Amino acid sequence: MKVRASEVAKGDELPPLEVTLTRQDLVRYAGASGDFNPIHWNERFAAEVGLPDVIAHGMLTMALSGRLVADWTGDPGAIVDHSVRFTRPVVVPDDGTGAVVELSGKVSAINEDGTVKVAITARSGGQGVLGGATATVRLPE
Amino acid sequence: MPLDQAFIGREYPPTEPYEVGREKIREFAEAIQDDSPLHRDPEAAKAAGHPDVIAPPTFAIILSMRAHDAVVADPALGLDFSRVVHGNQRFTHHRPIRAGDRLRTAVVVDDIKARAGNDFLTVRAEIGTEDGEPVCTAISTLVARGTAEEGEQA
Repeated sequence: MKVRASEVAKGDELPPLEVTLTRQDLVRYAGASGDFNPIHWNERFAAEVGLPDVIAHGMLTMALSGRLVADWTGDPGAIVDHSVRFTRPVVVPDDGTGAVVELSGKVSAINEDGTVKVAITARSGGQGVLGGATATVRLPE
Repeated sequence: MPLDQAFIGREYPPTEPYEVGREKIREFAEAIQDDSPLHRDPEAAKAAGHPDVIAPPTFAIILSMRAHDAVVADPALGLDFSRVVHGNQRFTHHRPIRAGDRLRTAVVVDDIKARAGNDFLTVRAEIGTEDGEPVCTAISTLVARGTAEEGEQA
């Protein structure tokens, strides 16, 4: 573990995380997760259902938000609760660059049971993509 | 067509066991660009107090999505899956998923409602070992866009 409960205070900021997602990353996530919904790899299908382009799996964005917290704690097993609302899609164009997802987090509460609550922000293309995103972690004393 | 409200509270029996493998955990960690040794190296995982490599926390979606299939594919429910997007997701981890786990997932339909022309289906997946040890509770809200009857409120 990198962080101990005794070292944490409300308002502490987590080291930010920036991840670039390309179409290849979406295909890899589709294979690893088993989620082959064509909106995540097929431009024609995405357009047919009214999307601006292929979009990333919401669960991939949530996974990155988990990574933000796990990188900070040093142990992904410290996460006891993790909750997000998918507010906007992460649009991933086939332009050789992809999309950038920027993640940041802040300690929002120290709970009575000693667990620590983190409020998470995720942005792509200048807009928030997750709403009400939080993780609760149990840290060693 | 609106979703059938009679499905609220319906329980589906646990799935056949899913055996969690070290290489599947590694593959998933790579797909989310997570280089933590706790997902790859059993010795590093043991040093951190885990019996074997642990899965990234959102790995649980593999189990819950498989189990949801029984619900969302049920023609009696009336869900048009081509119009479905993921609305909310919550995981409560009772302990980390780890290599060697044999997990079964039981699903309960927690809620169905219509709002602003969209149908909202909330399903809860209880993931546990074959021996009955609780591992993760995954609550997913799926949104079917534009499928509810106009003017309907819930």
